[in-house]
Amino acid sequence: MPTLITAIIKRSRLDPVRDALQEVGAAGLTVCEVRGYGRQGGQVETYRGTEYRSDFIQKLRLDLVVADELVDVAIAAIKDAAATGKIGDGKLWSVPVDRVVRLRTGEEGDEAI
Amino acid sequence: MGPASVLWIMLSAALVLFMIPGLAFFYGGMDHGRNVLNMLMMNFFCVLIVPILWFAFAYSLSTGDGSFIGNFKHVFLSGIDLKDGGATIATVAFLAMFAAITPALISGSVAGRMKFSAWAVFVPIWLIVVYVPIFKWVFGGWLADRGSLDFAGGTAIHVNAGAAALAAALLLGKRRGWPERTHPPHSMPLVMIGTGILWFGWFGFNAGSALAINGQAAQAFMNTFLAAAAGGLVWVLVEWIRDGHATNLGAASGIVAGLVAITPAAGFVSGVAPIIIGAIAGAVCCYAVRIKFKFGFDDALDVVGVHFVGGFVGSLTIGLFANPKFFDGEFMAGLFYGGGFKLLFEQFFANVVAVAWSFPLTLVILLGIKAVIGIRTDPQAEIDGMDIVQHAEEAYHSVMQ
Repeated sequence: MPTLITAIIKRSRLDPVRDALQEVGAAGLTVCEVRGYGRQGGQVETYRGTEYRSDFIQKLRLDLVVADELVDVAIAAIKDAAATGKIGDGKLWSVPVDRVVRLRTGEEGDEAI
Repeated sequence: MGPASVLWIMLSAALVLFMIPGLAFFYGGMDHGRNVLNMLMMNFFCVLIVPILWFAFAYSLSTGDGSFIGNFKHVFLSGIDLKDGGATIATVAFLAMFAAITPALISGSVAGRMKFSAWAVFVPIWLIVVYVPIFKWVFGGWLADRGSLDFAGGTAIHVNAGAAALAAALLLGKRRGWPERTHPPHSMPLVMIGTGILWFGWFGFNAGSALAINGQAAQAFMNTFLAAAAGGLVWVLVEWIRDGHATNLGAASGIVAGLVAITPAAGFVSGVAPIIIGAIAGAVCCYAVRIKFKFGFDDALDVVGVHFVGGFVGSLTIGLFANPKFFDGEFMAGLFYGGGFKLLFEQFFANVVAVAWSFPLTLVILLGIKAVIGIRTDPQAEIDGMDIVQHAEEAYHSVMQ
């Protein structure tokens, strides 16, 4: 069954993660710029001596659908490439996917990935 | 006046015109992203209406023999011809740009909540009632006769506009959520390019105020350079030591504070004085921008803290550093050049007069506009944004329309 992997990562880790995914043969990736907070909390900016606290910091959200046999290697690839060991590295999770359709041809399932 | 001087005045007029988008970006970048076009439009509106008023009768009212107000002899520039090689026409154009940027300065304090219709009515009335008389007194009326000095508009422009900005901020009231929930500048790059344009244009503002191409113009040019650098440097250093970081907004604010402070002094001081003046302004204004939090008035983009305080400080320093010997000029010497306290007092007096005229009359004008059409947008407009509500435009479109 195809699996959707979603990862929230640091903006600076996009290139290494993309390279790692390409290396293990994961074929596609969708990236969004997102804001949010986790354990890292927000950040403080200072303008004319006045502090502004921003609770939401910028991260990237990656979504990719992979075939069953690739799930473990793809997750390992993202984990290795995105981790810096510091707070704020992010998270990933995966969920099974009922249907995948390639819009151009109408192929379904693993064929469509 | 020779052709070189006419050329310099025309170039300077164009440089001062360029300060309007400079100021608009400086302010607009500091404002919220949903209000930036409103800020730009408030600034550009000044350059739509003021030059026409200046040509029609404001110039005539601000010149002439009287000590308090001019006359209507030059309405629509009647009586002005080209026999002087264009010197008068060029000067009128230069002064029109001066007049245009003065009300534009006020826009920073009313950001994010003033009705554009009220602004559109306020600018021409304020120009005639407040700016024209003070301009006349300072540059050829009773304040000038007493001996006070204002080379390029410290008293007439910055202190005047700063006092008006305070009045406007008090009367309009605080923006929704201020000061607990306010937004940081939406675009610092816009602030920085605005600052660069302002600095560039300010050479025309200050050196052009010599109204000739001569040594005084060159010294004013040099002073404009040094004071801005010193102001930016000191503001950044104070912040760095106090808050732990050297910031772009600190550099920009310090540059503008230095420029404001040297404006009245540019043609009267020399040597190390411009650096000292800029440095004082940078340090003082860096702390002055906090006054609004203490007293609870929402001067949104610090017109009071930078222009009023910077202008006042710069104007007072003339009383210390004015050096008629260096310029071979007919003006009083400052305290450090053997002139005693006389000039210092006159500088203080002239600025107090400007405030005493500008502050209450600005209140009266705005109260009048408030009674007729209102001055503040409705609360929902502050949430939706000034741009879409007042101008039906948006600065930054997303993909999904």
